[in-house]
Formats: sequence, C-alpha cells, structure tokens
Amino acid sequence: MTQTLNAPTTGIAPKARHSTVALAVSDCLVLLGRGLRHVLRDPQQLFQAVSLPIIMLLLFRYLLGGAIQTGQTYVDYVVAGLLVISMAFNSTSTVIAVTDDMRNGIVERLRSMPILPGAVLVGHVISAVLRSFLSVAVMVLFGLVVGFRPHADFVDWLGALGILLLFITAVSWIAVLLGLIAKTPEGASGLGMILVFIPYASSALVPVSTMAPGLRTVVRYQPVTPVIDTVRALLTGTPLGNSGWIALVWWLVILAVAVPLALRRFKRRLSI
Amino acid sequence: MNTEYAIETKGLRKSFGDVKVLESIDLRVKRGTMLALLGPNGAGKTTVVRILTTLLEPDAGTAEVEGLDVLRQGRAVRERIGLTSQDAAVDGILTGRENLVMMSRLFHLDRARARERTAELLSLFDLNDAADRQVKTYSGGMRRRLDLAVSLITSPTVLFLDEPTTGLDPRSRQVMWEMIRKLLATGTTILLTTQYLDEADQLADRIAVIDHGVIVAEGTADELKRQVGTERLKLSFATEAEAEQVLQLVGGVQLDPTAVSVPVEGGDEVRRLLNTVAEAGIEATGLVLHQPTLDDVFLTLTGGNTGDKA
Repeated sequence: MTQTLNAPTTGIAPKARHSTVALAVSDCLVLLGRGLRHVLRDPQQLFQAVSLPIIMLLLFRYLLGGAIQTGQTYVDYVVAGLLVISMAFNSTSTVIAVTDDMRNGIVERLRSMPILPGAVLVGHVISAVLRSFLSVAVMVLFGLVVGFRPHADFVDWLGALGILLLFITAVSWIAVLLGLIAKTPEGASGLGMILVFIPYASSALVPVSTMAPGLRTVVRYQPVTPVIDTVRALLTGTPLGNSGWIALVWWLVILAVAVPLALRRFKRRLSI
Repeated sequence: MNTEYAIETKGLRKSFGDVKVLESIDLRVKRGTMLALLGPNGAGKTTVVRILTTLLEPDAGTAEVEGLDVLRQGRAVRERIGLTSQDAAVDGILTGRENLVMMSRLFHLDRARARERTAELLSLFDLNDAADRQVKTYSGGMRRRLDLAVSLITSPTVLFLDEPTTGLDPRSRQVMWEMIRKLLATGTTILLTTQYLDEADQLADRIAVIDHGVIVAEGTADELKRQVGTERLKLSFATEAEAEQVLQLVGGVQLDPTAVSVPVEGGDEVRRLLNTVAEAGIEATGLVLHQPTLDDVFLTLTGGNTGDKA
C-alpha cells in the first residue's frame, strides 16, 4: 500500500521532452476522447444524430415534396438544406454539454492543471464536428435510397464537404459560446433553439424566389443561404454563381469572431 | 524559493461586486505540515483555495506556493499542486479508470505510465472493484476517493483539500481521514478547509479560524482551546427559551438550541453560576464540566454564528 504513495519529489510530470505545441495538441486529443466517449455512452444523442436525417428526409421528400416546385427533383433540391439544418440541430447537444461542464467541478480542476486553457472547448468542438459528419453520412446514404442523384465529381464532393466543415466548426464555436452564456441546462436548450431555427429561414427548403420581397432579401443575405446554395450547386450541378466565395467569407469571419469571444467568456466565467 | 513555508499569503483581499469575501488574509503553512482553514459556509475558505490554486485573481495582496507567485508564475504553480474541491470534479459518464487515465494524460504522462499510475492509484484508494463502472454509479465516498486519487497523480508537493468530507457518511469520512494522514506522513504540505471542528482537531498541525473573510484566530488546537479558558461548564435545559435566558444572564456560547457552554475557573465560580441560574427560576437538566472543545473555541471566536444551526 505504501509503495505507491510516493513522497512528493518535484511533483512535476515529465514534460521537457515535448514542445508546447505537441502538448497542446495532446491535451485537445485527450479531451476529444472524452467527448467521443460521452457521445457513444449517450444513446439518445447518438440516436438523434442518426435518426434526424432519416426522419427529415422522409418528411420532406414524401410529405411536402410533391407540392414544391424547384426546377429539379425535390429530393435533389432539399438534401443540401437538410444537411445544414441537421448539422445545426446537432450542435444544440454541444450547448448543453458545455453548460453541464461549467456547472460541474471538472472544468475547475482542468484549469488548476498545467494544460492548454480552452482545450476542453476544443475537445467539444471537434467531437461536435465528428458527430455532425456522422449525420452527413447518414443523410447522403439514405438520400441515395430515396432518390437523391448527385452529379458531382471528386473535387465537387471535396468542396461541398469543405464548406460544410467550415460551417459546422463555426456553428460549434457559437454553440460553445451559448453554452458558456447559459447558466442552467434549461437555459442552454432555450439558447440552442437559435441554432435550430436560423437555418430554416434560408434557401434550405424552398427557393428564395418564391418568398415575399421583404423576407426574400433577409433570406438571400443571411449567412446560411450561401452555404446551402454552394453545397447544392456542387452536388447537383445548379449554378454556383459567387455563393461559394460569399459562404467562405461569411463563415471565416463568424469563426474569427466566435472563437475569441468563447475563449474570453470561458476565462471570465471561471473567475467569478 | 527555499523558504520555510510552502504556502504564504499576505493581505489577500477579494470582493465580488459589493460583497467583501476576503478582508485581509495572512496565512503561512510550513513545508510538510497541514493547516486547517476552519469556518462556516460563506466564510471565504473556498475563495482562499481558488486564489492559491490560480483559479481566481485577488484584488490585492500576494500569494505564494512553493515560493512561486500564483499570479505571475501560474503555470509553474499548477505543475506542483493538487486540488480536491468540494463538488467532486470527476467525469460521471467515464469510468473510474478512464477518469484517472485521462487526467494522467493531461498531466502529460505517456500512455504506458498513465495506465501504470492509474492501476496504482485504483488499488491504493480501494477502487479496483469499481474501476470499470461509470462514476455516476459511485457512492459519495467513492467519488471523493477517486477525486483525491486524481489530485495525487503527479505526487504534488502541495495539496489543497477543499471540504473533502462534506456530505460523507461517518465511515467514508474515517477512510478519507486515513488517506489524508498517510499523505501527510509522506511529507506533502496540505491546506485543508473544513466546517467540521473535529476534522481540524484530528488532522491538522495548525488551525486558522476564518469568519466573514477574516482570520479570527490561529494556532495549534491546544493553543486555541486555551484562549477560551481552562475549563468549561456545559448546562442543558428543557427548553430553548430557558437556554436563551441563561445565555443572557451568564454569557458563554450556545452549543445547540438547549445547551449553553460557559468558561469557569474553580469551584467558586461554578457555585456562583449555578446560583444565578437557580435564582432566575430555571432548572438545568444536565451539567458537564469539560475541557474546552473546538466547538467552544469556534463559537466564542465567531460570535456564535455557525452558519447552520445543526
């Protein structure tokens, strides 16, 4: 029993062999492992990530699709929109997970350890991104079953997945920020609703041209619409225009604002 | 750096908005000893710990751990300390083993060493049987043991235990105390906060009594007890009203709603005291002459405010 209660020597873990960057990456990966275990052990969260794309596809493809004219088959039109909607929806789990962490003593402990500040947030974001891409895979595969016929080569796919990656990374940082703002899990689900609804007011489900003039302007210029238009253009061959560039600029800017805001809030929240 | 003290604070102040939490805290803990910071809820104990563990910046004053300034050398301080806070800071969804491996990795032990250290700590803290169960299924005592195990991964030289036994059943408390005594025997410096007087009495070399952000007394348990007289008389009554009335008449402190403890010197004083009580028409249902306990010390020094009237 006594052999493991070592007399404290320096108390310092061996570390000189690694660079600061390597240690920071290792911290983030360890905390990502934690995030993934959380997802795998929470069947509801996993069920949501898998079932939501299927339910939405069935709903829009068969229930509403017949009534909507888009100039292509409705399933081809709607897949890009549903991808974005379900990604945003999945990020509400991140809002709640971050709020939970902040209420538990664990973040306090992590901060009393010699690790990268904010590594726990990075872990949450990466795990959210992976969870979202699970949704993407399910959506595309099930889409193929119900008639989705993409006309995309390898580069198109790469472009579409790239813009979705940028989108969900930025949305996840917003989710982290909302999770840091919320004080209770109830508050967190409330704030998370923002992420759920914004993507609906876009070109996700119906073409912008069918909307009333005032709404049309808002929808055309909100940041989610160019993401959807870009993914739709790359996957189904509709005209791309300059929506790719607009999406890229929008979401790089949002990312550049959300990350420092979240990190600052994280520091402030902990010192109260 | 090679000071005699592992922890030293001078004039620590902290307010949250208009609320002054710490007025001016001076503390010194000699290397290899344990100081208990004893006080009721809201006295400022946790705030002191949070400042010393680099989690919170003081408004004024200095704090050093192992001669390192907590503000300017935060990372170096974090490499040397362990912290067990009052709400067990472990991950409920992970298993006990996964918690320890994760934290070991975050202390930058390599994979093999992390697994090795985890196995050592699991058996040391008697958690082998529960190692692969999710922590949310653990009892309060098991959680605290796991929490303490996590803070010992790197064998820190200075350990902060923030109310490590609050809410534990008596047996689990005894087990925690055993663990803490063993740590002290290895030469670890420990700052323990507690609202339990017997805990401070049992474990600590020195005790600092804190109330409303001020250290109201500091010394060994014996020194503190001497401050409140050599002997005390405990009087019990049938009703609360009678106890209150006696408190008005003869002073002393209220130990519980129906009992009063009064310092006495010699038999004459005891007789006078009992006469006073009898003349007021009150009958004591119980009388005990005893050495002062830390309860007496604490209630005398803090004006009878125990936070909760337990």
